[in-house]
Amino acid sequence: MEWFLANSGMVMGLAGQHLVLALIPMVLGLVISIPLAQVARTHPALRSVVVTASSLLYTVPSLALFIILPSILGTRILDPLNVIVALTIYAVALLVRAALDAFDSVEEDLRQAAIAMGYKPWLRFVQIDLPLSLPVMFAGLRVVSVSNISLVSVAALLGVGNLGMLFTDGLQRNFVTEVVVGIIAILVLALLMDAVLVVLERLLTPWTRAAKASGPAAPSAASYLADANIHTGAAP
Amino acid sequence: MIEFQSVTKQYQGGQPAVDQLTMSIDRGSITVFVGPSGCGKTTSLRMINRMVEPTSGVITVDGRDVTSVPAAELRRSMGYVMQSSGLMPHRSVLDNIATVPRLNGVSKAEARKRATELLDVVGLASALGKRYPSQLSGGQQQRVGVARALAADPPVLLMDEPFSAVDPVVRDELQQELLRLQKDLAKTIVFVTHDIDEATVLGDKVAVFAVGGRLAQYATPEEILRAPANDFVASFVGRDRGFRHLGFTTSDAVSIHPVPTLVMSAGQFAGDPAGVTDWQLVVDADLRPLGWARPGTDSELIPGGSLFRPGETLRRALDSALSSPSGQGVAVDGDGKVLGTIRAQEVLGVIEEARQVRQAAL
Repeated sequence: MEWFLANSGMVMGLAGQHLVLALIPMVLGLVISIPLAQVARTHPALRSVVVTASSLLYTVPSLALFIILPSILGTRILDPLNVIVALTIYAVALLVRAALDAFDSVEEDLRQAAIAMGYKPWLRFVQIDLPLSLPVMFAGLRVVSVSNISLVSVAALLGVGNLGMLFTDGLQRNFVTEVVVGIIAILVLALLMDAVLVVLERLLTPWTRAAKASGPAAPSAASYLADANIHTGAAP
Repeated sequence: MIEFQSVTKQYQGGQPAVDQLTMSIDRGSITVFVGPSGCGKTTSLRMINRMVEPTSGVITVDGRDVTSVPAAELRRSMGYVMQSSGLMPHRSVLDNIATVPRLNGVSKAEARKRATELLDVVGLASALGKRYPSQLSGGQQQRVGVARALAADPPVLLMDEPFSAVDPVVRDELQQELLRLQKDLAKTIVFVTHDIDEATVLGDKVAVFAVGGRLAQYATPEEILRAPANDFVASFVGRDRGFRHLGFTTSDAVSIHPVPTLVMSAGQFAGDPAGVTDWQLVVDADLRPLGWARPGTDSELIPGGSLFRPGETLRRALDSALSSPSGQGVAVDGDGKVLGTIRAQEVLGVIEEARQVRQAAL
């Protein structure tokens, strides 16, 4: 505790960097995944390709990716861009499937109703499909948020600044307190992000709480957690 | 007027869903497509607004080929009501109703104002406008579905089994409501159902479809019940068709008899029910019927049968008499006050007279 109080400024700084490194890939991943999932949903032949490819992507070990990327991107090994690109790849791998499930969760009857009323495809996607898929989409986002925050710490092995540095530093100096502070800080960060997402979902989907009768059960975050564990397990 | 000219729809490698359909649908009337499942009635309906494109043949609306109009524009000119209400769960009731006007570029304020008026038209309180669809009952949701279809004041209304998912009492209510609305609106309504009863109640004309997408008979409901074109129609119309046919004859000739009444107050019959030898009708303080008191018994209240209002059909009259424990149908006025009773025997007499009149006319 004394160590934390003495170094709180440094921990906060690392937490800030950590958050940026986790958040940017999540947003990028979402922006890439939504059109990809929509294309996969409307073209059944592409669907299995996209699902398989996204699963394969997620099995690439994160450390390997951090090391390979600089040679592909032409960046320096310490460049945070490597981390952002790598985590974006993981986010896409998770979110494409989440977005597919989310679009599948929109009742076909509602799409038919929208078509029958004279919606053109683009407007229908924006005004009907997207908002109605939010509950399932958020379940996927929450998994990616936790997964990303955990994965960022791996980047500390390369020397890219984040809370994971507390692990590497603590290990080298054989100083357990620093490692414990690092674990707690990452946990708190993950919990905070999750809370933010929950609040955001509540604000964006007011109708789900108005419903007395429940609709078809939405795939929950749990179905993605199984995958996410592969990588959180790889983090030091 | 909507016209089908040798329209066929064939899905890959299967029997035709609709086979050489040629028919014309009158403007301003209700035309019902009825038939067993797989007879192509819904497919035919959905070809009108191009939700389904025909394999061959032409469909015209007021002389214009539907394929000459961009699909989205065509659909906005036709209201569409479906079985599941199809209301958008993330939008308030008002915004659901305002959907098509909004798509047509009407301002939000104006579209909502129109939507509020429509809530009243379909018999819903304006306070419901702010709710989400999931907060309404099934019957209310279907009413909102009808209001939404009417919002842009389209000349054509396509209704795909709109009342089949609600309970029978609500369905009956919605059917009467639709007929009342149609009196004022005079839309060209195409209505799909698998329920021959619903078809004969609502349709100005009924098209009976047979399996394989062929039109088996297209006539007034009265004619379909009286003279089915073939065995398929006869069996589809069912064994109660004689009884249903009574739904097309007025009951003006049925006489209403006075009935002894007991007034119920504070859960007790006034007077002495045990002393009388006839069934007595128990009414409330406003003379509305509550049930029957059996002759010679204590104060037990026996539930009554269906009520009959003068001007209704012979079918209602007969049902009222047959469903009453006393054998007397209770006739009430518009306010629900008892007018008297009608007897099954006399209703049957009127039916026989009507038959003889018809026979003499042939």
